[in-house]
Amino acid sequence: MPLPQPPIDNTPDTDAPNIGPLDLFLAFSQLAMSGFGGVLPWAHRTLVEKKGWLTQREFVDTLALGQLLPGPNIGNMAVMIGYRFAGYTGAAAAFTGLVAGPFLLMIAAGLAYQTYGALPLVQQALSGMSAVAAGLVLATGLKMSRSLKRHWRPWLFTALALTGVGALRWPLLAVVGALAPFAIAAAWREQD
Amino acid sequence: MDRVDLPALALHFALLSLMAIGGVSAILPDMQRYVVEVNHWISGKQFADAYAFGQAAPGPNMMFVTLLGWQLAGWAGAIAATLAIVGPPILLTLGVTRLNARNPDTPLGRAIRGGLGPIAIGLTLSSGWILARSSDHDWPAGALTLLTVALMLRTRLNPVWLILAGAIAGMTGII
Repeated sequence: MPLPQPPIDNTPDTDAPNIGPLDLFLAFSQLAMSGFGGVLPWAHRTLVEKKGWLTQREFVDTLALGQLLPGPNIGNMAVMIGYRFAGYTGAAAAFTGLVAGPFLLMIAAGLAYQTYGALPLVQQALSGMSAVAAGLVLATGLKMSRSLKRHWRPWLFTALALTGVGALRWPLLAVVGALAPFAIAAAWREQD
Repeated sequence: MDRVDLPALALHFALLSLMAIGGVSAILPDMQRYVVEVNHWISGKQFADAYAFGQAAPGPNMMFVTLLGWQLAGWAGAIAATLAIVGPPILLTLGVTRLNARNPDTPLGRAIRGGLGPIAIGLTLSSGWILARSSDHDWPAGALTLLTVALMLRTRLNPVWLILAGAIAGMTGII
């Protein structure tokens, strides 16, 4: 079976249209603040559809790698894409663009919360939003679990992690530290 | 509420950040455990509110840690918490990218992913469960959570509409 290629060729691209740090900063700023509910659709719209900086395939492959690496998917993508077009400066510019707007927005929200947070109406609205947010995370977990193989071992580790952290409320670092070596060793042995 | 130990917080978040496979959902319970239950720096409600707002606002969901940091220690907290959560993953991603991993599909790589994937799923489900426990104090709220799950699994609805519906449900007293 041929070895898969990396998602995008990460050697800095000398033939590419001149996509500099400023372009990256502006593009990622734009897509971060574009809409509510999720950055990824806007990332696709901006990077693939409007600017054509990435092909569809490159976008999907970069996303896949971003999901596997720790940290938020879009953050990892910003680093990878920024590095590709403009090295370290590009990676920094892309990531900063991604978070600058939201950072300030969160500060503004914090100030608003200090002033208005105690108002009953605000409290009630936030309670409703929290109930929905819980559902969103559960749905994410359930969607992720669709990818679990029909083998008892992955499901066992899922259940153990869920029990340790969710039910018993043990420290996450301890639970993962205890489970990870066994999970990785088991997966390693399964490969043969 | 006790005085916030910012360096300790930053260190803890930095360690957690490397477990955040797929996003902050996986490490949410421990962030909550650390700032609310162990250290009593903020209340469970404040934590849940920050997360809910982070979901609603534009930008990556991880940015709720900025709001969390703000609640804990103003500007210093916001900056420290954000840097702690994004820093290590950025460095790791940069390292992987820089090394130009031409073949990410080594047997070890597959084993790590295969092993950690199910754990990350378990952690994410834990997050959802814990968020539900702290938010759903009566059955209408629980029903709203379940309805959200159903709609997210069955439809391609933009989550922000559900969050808006939640806000309205809360304000009108349904929740």
